[in-house]
Amino acid sequence: MGIVTPGFQGRPRVEAPDLPPGQYLTPDFPVLSAGPTPRVPRDQWEFVISTETGTEHRWSWDEMMALPQEAPTVDIHCVTRWSKLGTTWRGVSLDTLLDGVDTAADYALTHSYGGYTTNLPLADLRDGQAWLVHTYGGDDLPAEHGGPARLLVPHLYFWKSAKWARGIHLTVEDTPGFWETAGYHDYGDPWREQRYQGD
Amino acid sequence: MTALPYLDGNMLDGPLGEVFAVDLSTATARCAHCGTPGPMAGLRVYPHAPGLVGRCPTCVEVMVRLVRAPDRAWLDLRGATFLQFPMPLDQPR
Ligand SMILES: [Zn+2]
Repeated sequence: MGIVTPGFQGRPRVEAPDLPPGQYLTPDFPVLSAGPTPRVPRDQWEFVISTETGTEHRWSWDEMMALPQEAPTVDIHCVTRWSKLGTTWRGVSLDTLLDGVDTAADYALTHSYGGYTTNLPLADLRDGQAWLVHTYGGDDLPAEHGGPARLLVPHLYFWKSAKWARGIHLTVEDTPGFWETAGYHDYGDPWREQRYQGD
Repeated sequence: MTALPYLDGNMLDGPLGEVFAVDLSTATARCAHCGTPGPMAGLRVYPHAPGLVGRCPTCVEVMVRLVRAPDRAWLDLRGATFLQFPMPLDQPR
């Protein structure tokens, strides 16, 4: 910890942040996209969790907004090497969405409006580690950042936090997603620098 | 909010030239989704992503993905049913 000097004239000194290996800090929020930005009106938006037995759990926008809301403040780490600290969001915990979903699945494949997919172990969506977020920095999540709603799984590289989230398939077998089938790591832990397959 | 720009397929010449010995700038590719053949240079390439994503200009489905690690590269062409290259005329002996 740094020493705080009350009354010091000038800008407060910022501690060098503890970033995952190979990352740099950015004050910006770079927009990454593998295709055209989907525009999904809220009155047509829905989110679907489907289980390995084919059971579907659906939420309309209003139903999702009526669920208990949380306001996580988290650091995010993009595999393209930028990190952004203290980002503020609002949304529904995946614990809330998965409550009442009867499943024996070990894996989850998130799918998005626009066709994007990304996979992760179901355990990484539980225990306060993941949210379906609709608000960023106090404002509606803009479409270029994944609005109306995106996944937020900040303990993994940010490609796992699918923009324009439409639903999650729960599966017994792991199903690699869009980037995971094209060389990127299946799990993507930034603290172990799991960028590419074999890392 | 402005839409993210995409680049035309000519920008793939450099990155794919690292992988291929042939000149892809004059190649034709057929979309596996809609079946439309067209020049590689006509793809819509989204470079602001963890890899290069080349999409069909007709149906916008993914035709080409190229991921470049420091020491490796992955080329995924499942969205293209063929690549056609002009070749020097094979003269009968
Ligand atoms: Zn097509």
